Amino acid sequence: MPPLVSSNQSAQIAAASSLQFVLPEIVTAFKQQTGHNLRVTYGSSGNFLRQIVQGAPFELFLSADESYATMLVEKKLTVDSGRVYALGRLAVITPENSGIALTPDLSSFATALEEGHLQHFAIANPDHAPYGRAARETLQALGLWQALQPRLVKGENVAQATQFAISGSSQGGIVAYALALAPAISRLSRVLPIDQSRHQPIRQRMVLLKSAGGIARLFYDFLSEPEAQAIFQRRGFEVPQV
Amino acid sequence: MDITALTLSLKLAFWTCLILLPLAVFVGRLLAWQHFPGKAWVEAIIALPLVLPPTVLGFYLLIGMGANSSFGQFYHSLTGNHLVFTFDGLLLASVIFNLPFAIQPMQRAFEAIPTNIREAAWCCGLSKLESLQRIELPLAWPGVVSALALTFAHTLGEFGVVLMVGGNIEGETKTIAISIYDRVQAFDNHTAGIMSAFLLLFSLVTIGLVYRLTYRRRRHGR
Repeated sequence: MPPLVSSNQSAQIAAASSLQFVLPEIVTAFKQQTGHNLRVTYGSSGNFLRQIVQGAPFELFLSADESYATMLVEKKLTVDSGRVYALGRLAVITPENSGIALTPDLSSFATALEEGHLQHFAIANPDHAPYGRAARETLQALGLWQALQPRLVKGENVAQATQFAISGSSQGGIVAYALALAPAISRLSRVLPIDQSRHQPIRQRMVLLKSAGGIARLFYDFLSEPEAQAIFQRRGFEVPQV
Repeated sequence: MDITALTLSLKLAFWTCLILLPLAVFVGRLLAWQHFPGKAWVEAIIALPLVLPPTVLGFYLLIGMGANSSFGQFYHSLTGNHLVFTFDGLLLASVIFNLPFAIQPMQRAFEAIPTNIREAAWCCGLSKLESLQRIELPLAWPGVVSALALTFAHTLGEFGVVLMVGGNIEGETKTIAISIYDRVQAFDNHTAGIMSAFLLLFSLVTIGLVYRLTYRRRRHGR
């Protein structure tokens, strides 16, 4: 749990776990420009939603999709309806030595499945994780969803799914492109971004909570500026068309 | 109510108890009566799961049981099964994190058997096995039952380790505790509420019976 008092010098921010490799860079850029500190907690958007409803002292919530942010808007806990700050992208990922080729239609996974080489395939839990939902839509679009059912391992959030995918106990998975690009992960794996037409867009929305102070509001605006948007794009996100 | 998850949890608890019963009787008895160098450390290792966060155990299991690990490969060559994301792995984890719950009550029960009774058994010419069967276990049985009940209930309740090494596979690693978490995550408070109430009642009854048993042992003396 985050500390229950928010200091004047920094803002308390809740961020979806898919952001944990992109946000530090943006936070650094923000600090260089404004001199302000931010305290960022990463986790599952659903958990943050519940915590914020229960009064957790976050000032800005960067959700992994629209629904969780919108629920806070409906509960009248936010300043306004917020903004889409980035579009999430999916990638298929496989451990370096899995011997499975990466193709846009995942046909090599289908082959591995038929031949019995595919023990496990990791995605985030599609019942509640936005990237899991998009992964399910992709697998359905590719006609692999039914066949993969008995082989699916589900991460509690997309970061855990990524961990599972490269653990060597799975032969791959569909995870957030932004996580797959991180050096700690790409060092151990091969990565191929997935065509965005395969799933509903992952529109990542942010909302300022009513308690938001000046620094949180500054950062909120900073995230939509070209400098931050360029970092998002470089780190595996798509920039939203406003 | 997620019946598949409940069945899986019961199955896990059953196998955990079955494996730990002989192990805990052996180790508990040893620790109760034998003194050997390093005994304190052995007891400390057994007690570790009581104090370590489940994430520590989960982390080591994830690394240590993986398909790339030597133990994972050894197990695969032995059984043809994998340990991560499988029931086998969950059972191994469950046996480890239940060690103190199984061993400590049994150790206390064996410690409570007076030395002169054991000596009388030797003098009567009972073999070690006969002594265990006819003298020690009948005297220590409340401790044995307590240990099994605690282990059973604790397995149903274990969450952190399973979340880290299970992979949430229906019928394989998705236990009732994980299923409750899933339902809460999906904002299905109704189902989560039913399952939580069931676990609450079940655990209360189990622990309550254990305490009753302990009182009775005290009342009837040793």
